[in-house]
Amino acid sequence: MQLEVNITGKSFESAAGKRHDVLDNVTFTLNAGEVGVLFGPSGCGKSTLLKILAGLDGNYRGHVTRSPGMRLGMVFQEPRLLPWRTVEENVRLAAPDVDDGTLAALFEVLELSAHCNHFPGELSLGLARRVALARAFAIEPDFLILDEPLASLDNALAGRLRDQVATLVASRKMMTLLVTHDLDDAVRLGDRLFFLSPRPARILHVETIVTPRATRSEPEIDEIKRQLSQLDLANM
Amino acid sequence: MLRLLSFALFVATWWIASLVIGDAKLPAPPAVLSVLIAEARSGALFVNLGATLARVALAFTLAMAIGSAIGYLMGRVSLANRLGDPWLILLLNLPALVVIVLAYIWAGLTEVAAIAAIAINKLPTAVVTLREGARALDPALDEMATAFALPRGRAFRHVILPQLAPYIAAAARSGLSLVWKIVLVAEYLGRPNGVGFEIGVAFQLFDIPLLLAYSLSFAGVVLVIETLMVQPFETRLTRWRLRAA
Ligand SMILES: Nc1ncnc2c1ncn2[C@@H]1O[C@H](COP(=O)(O)OP(=O)(O)O)[C@@H](O)[C@H]1O
Ligand SMILES: [Mg+2]
Repeated sequence: MQLEVNITGKSFESAAGKRHDVLDNVTFTLNAGEVGVLFGPSGCGKSTLLKILAGLDGNYRGHVTRSPGMRLGMVFQEPRLLPWRTVEENVRLAAPDVDDGTLAALFEVLELSAHCNHFPGELSLGLARRVALARAFAIEPDFLILDEPLASLDNALAGRLRDQVATLVASRKMMTLLVTHDLDDAVRLGDRLFFLSPRPARILHVETIVTPRATRSEPEIDEIKRQLSQLDLANM
Repeated sequence: MLRLLSFALFVATWWIASLVIGDAKLPAPPAVLSVLIAEARSGALFVNLGATLARVALAFTLAMAIGSAIGYLMGRVSLANRLGDPWLILLLNLPALVVIVLAYIWAGLTEVAAIAAIAINKLPTAVVTLREGARALDPALDEMATAFALPRGRAFRHVILPQLAPYIAAAARSGLSLVWKIVLVAEYLGRPNGVGFEIGVAFQLFDIPLLLAYSLSFAGVVLVIETLMVQPFETRLTRWRLRAA
């Protein structure tokens, strides 16, 4: 499984017919089992890029090649649950083949077991986010896209959820692309970090972390973060 | 309880009015009731009510099915909307009487003509309502369905249809009351049975007890269907809303 991204541009047309460039050159490849992290300022075009990679938006310049038959799991920036289906029904709609044991284990890890029969309208944002994660993991994807799954959660919850995501990603060998604003999340979860410019987004810097995710020590993580925060991204 | 009270109030008002106006123009409740019982004994009441109900059911189903499909298409495909819009405006503003008379002229005084005419009268409101519904569909949920590769049928049934449900319910509700009103006119003008036909006969004979007997039993049937079928259906459709926070 592989993803080859070779985008040369993407723009939206405003109602007045004005062109609004969102992506500049974005070129990279991602391999099976690899976790790529997109790191960039708000509004730079990250969600737009993810939608292109997910095949939801074909209106761009350049090309994107995904291995044929690749199964996609996606966590959008908003949970995007169906309000008329319970938590479990939402997950099962996307993943009709998931067996009961796998689903129960997934709900256990994401601390959702008590909420299976709740409707999305009854859930807090943090819970709804976790349901969206469960849905994406339940289909056992080859390619997992996570659009800021940890944003706007309180610190304790974000930390727990980050560990849960890390556990789930580590337990399967799938290609993952994660968007985050948080350098700490990026360094803990990612194998390769793509630093993006403000809109229109282009890749300013790629950082490859050689140590496997599971064996990264706290001092090492701190050291990588220190080095990365010294990057002079504004002048690249 | 409140319903019973309001029914008693209705009968009392009627009775007093009949005393004031006189039996010739407004017969008292017992007179109407005895006609009603006679019609029921002979079976004519049920035959006529049945004929009218069958027409309502057929025309309503036809108009809902076709109107919903067209409305959905017009809401989703802008070409369909541009093609259909002039027709829609025409149909919306065409008086029911014109449609019924033309249908009888073109298709003869037949059952098909009657049902088609009733359905055509209801059709445009269903189209307009469902077009609104289709326009209000959440594109974010469409993207979700596409990202998870939901097959078309599943996506329509579980993602699209529940979003349209309140619009379908609204179209059904307003459509049903429209059909109740129009069906009698269509029967009056060109059918040999049904409540509308009987009311026509009563009008020609100036038989006011008969006219009231049929009008009231028809109103009773409408009331029963609305409370026993339409309202529970609407509650069912929006059940998840009640459970949501
Ligand atoms: N459907 C759209 N139509 C027009 N402009 C859009 C659309 N989607 C996103 N944009 C614009 O593209 C830019 C990047 O958006 P987005 O990809 O959501 O940024 P990010 O996810 O990095 O915060 C923003 O300026 C946004 O207003
Ligand atoms: Mg975004």
